[in-house]
Amino acid sequence: MSAITFDPLPLLVGFTRALKAAGVPVTPDRAHGFVEATAIVGLDDQQATYWAGRATLCSGPDDLTRYDQVFEAWFDPRGELPRRRETGLPMPQAPALPSVDEAEGDADGEFDGDVLRAAATTTDVLRHRDVASLDAGERQRLAAMFATLRPTAPLRRTARHERWHRGRLDASRTLRDSLRRMGEPGELAWRRRRVRPRRVVLLVDVSGSMSAYADALLRLAHRYVAAQPRVEVFTLGTRLTHVTRALRHRDADRALVAAGDAVPDWSGGTRLGETMRVFLDRWGQRGMARGSVVVVFSDGWERGDATLLGEQMARLHRIAHHVVWVNPHRGKAGYEPLQQGIAAALPHVDDFVAGHSLAAFEELVEVVGRA
Amino acid sequence: MDSAADVAARLGATGYLADDELATVLFLTMRMQRPLLLEGEPGTGKTALAEALAETLDLPLIRLQCYEGIDATQALYDWDFPRQILHLRALEAAGAEGTVEETEKSLYDERFLLSRPVLAALQQSPAVLLIDEVDRADDEFEAFLLEVLSTWQVTIPELGTVSAATPPYVVLTSNRTRELHDALKRRCLYHWIDHPGLDREVAILRSRAPEVAETLARQVVGVVQQLRDRDDLLKPPGVAETLDWARALNHLGTTQLDLATAAATLGALVKYREDADRVKQALDRMLTS
Repeated sequence: MSAITFDPLPLLVGFTRALKAAGVPVTPDRAHGFVEATAIVGLDDQQATYWAGRATLCSGPDDLTRYDQVFEAWFDPRGELPRRRETGLPMPQAPALPSVDEAEGDADGEFDGDVLRAAATTTDVLRHRDVASLDAGERQRLAAMFATLRPTAPLRRTARHERWHRGRLDASRTLRDSLRRMGEPGELAWRRRRVRPRRVVLLVDVSGSMSAYADALLRLAHRYVAAQPRVEVFTLGTRLTHVTRALRHRDADRALVAAGDAVPDWSGGTRLGETMRVFLDRWGQRGMARGSVVVVFSDGWERGDATLLGEQMARLHRIAHHVVWVNPHRGKAGYEPLQQGIAAALPHVDDFVAGHSLAAFEELVEVVGRA
Repeated sequence: MDSAADVAARLGATGYLADDELATVLFLTMRMQRPLLLEGEPGTGKTALAEALAETLDLPLIRLQCYEGIDATQALYDWDFPRQILHLRALEAAGAEGTVEETEKSLYDERFLLSRPVLAALQQSPAVLLIDEVDRADDEFEAFLLEVLSTWQVTIPELGTVSAATPPYVVLTSNRTRELHDALKRRCLYHWIDHPGLDREVAILRSRAPEVAETLARQVVGVVQQLRDRDDLLKPPGVAETLDWARALNHLGTTQLDLATAAATLGALVKYREDADRVKQALDRMLTS
């Protein structure tokens, strides 16, 4: 009989606590699963313990980096464990979620949940940063993060029906099916109203005062064009340019170059009211804006008199289903909609939202999706 | 199977090369009788793993492909209504005598029961049940899966409860087009399948496509690995694409990768025009170095 017995339970449960403190959502049943799994693979095998914990405690690629760091700090503070994952190797990129940051946490042996959390979430910080304040490197990283935006189209119900496994009774189909069986009753057929995506029209102000945001806004527009079939994009400045076709390139950088070539009034002045009128006369009233969700990206800087803009926005509001105004400055503290243009437009707008960071764009995507 | 190494060895015998990590997780899945949730890029061998597992254990593989709008009648069971009616008519025509209860009972017989994958897996268990691309199904379906995966039984009101004596081995795969519900994830062991490293991928290629020569295999994998390191491709090639490309080159009788044949067979490797342009530009540099 051995004189010293070692109870591993506090060590294991303590580890799950530490992991929870580092931001991995560990629930008691998960912790239980972990203890059970280590009992099966054997605690003496550190490699196996590592994999057992990863399988039972993590639930997504976001958790894996944090798990690696906490495991190292908890079980192996001197770093004697053979490295499981070469450092610097990019972590698995989740297609649907922001990529896990590659930044190395400090593994100097002192476990500190806050440090780990901070290291793992610089992408989160970037998501909330004002796009205009980023340097070139950050811009590039943010551009890659745009791929995580999933624009959803607002839906409208159509007059037509489609077959569905529940809903209302489809009498004629039930009858037809039954006739095929010589009048023998059979299964009931059900139907529901078909839904179709509404058209989304994006009007992006590319004038001088918006130039810091133009790149990010066009990237957002590109995501929309790529994800949804019925999206139209125009740029506003001193004139109106239709850039949907240019943005159809699957590759964002090429699409932006193509759009840049198409737009003649890049970083020029603004004649918002005038261009809005052109949009409504030439496209909007004829059908493009009818029943659509129209999103205007602009700071509302109007050079001349804003009455025309007010009139045109009222006109737009009458024919569109939903009008959203996105102002990058809205997200800043102490902002008040005082510019003439904004003041004239606001009464005719359904939603007035910020558009200065990726997080704000995510909100916008949601607002448009619900419209 | 009594250790992770054993699992890896037996999987290897079927041609599926699992690393320590995957072998440990699979071993745990079998011992703890929990479903395994596999996530990873398309083409990293998630579905192939379930197939290999079934082959290794010599069990039937039952596959449920998820899609939007899938519901319990497609996953569990359904009554074959037209045949039931036919049966009733046949009884009438034969002038069979019997009480109402008997007739009704004969209608809800197992031969009129259409077993869909989940029920089939419970009936045939031990079996391997593959629930493929669970992220495509909607939330309600997930909640329903949750119930089956934790109790391993299905209640059919007319027949009674079907439960599995030994729970089937369940493998769920997801491409992460949406986040699965946490309750479902908690029931499962989680594993993220990554793209394999150079040596492992060569080994996979050699085991899956033995007809491809060693030198060609090395060259092909070298190019693919370099392509995956680039971050400007819309869809980096997976292992499935590597296999396709190597086979395509082999069909052309290539033993040494050269620019002309590589460019001609590029369609097996990259599936977007933009990617093809980029890869063509990069190939030249990769093949000379």
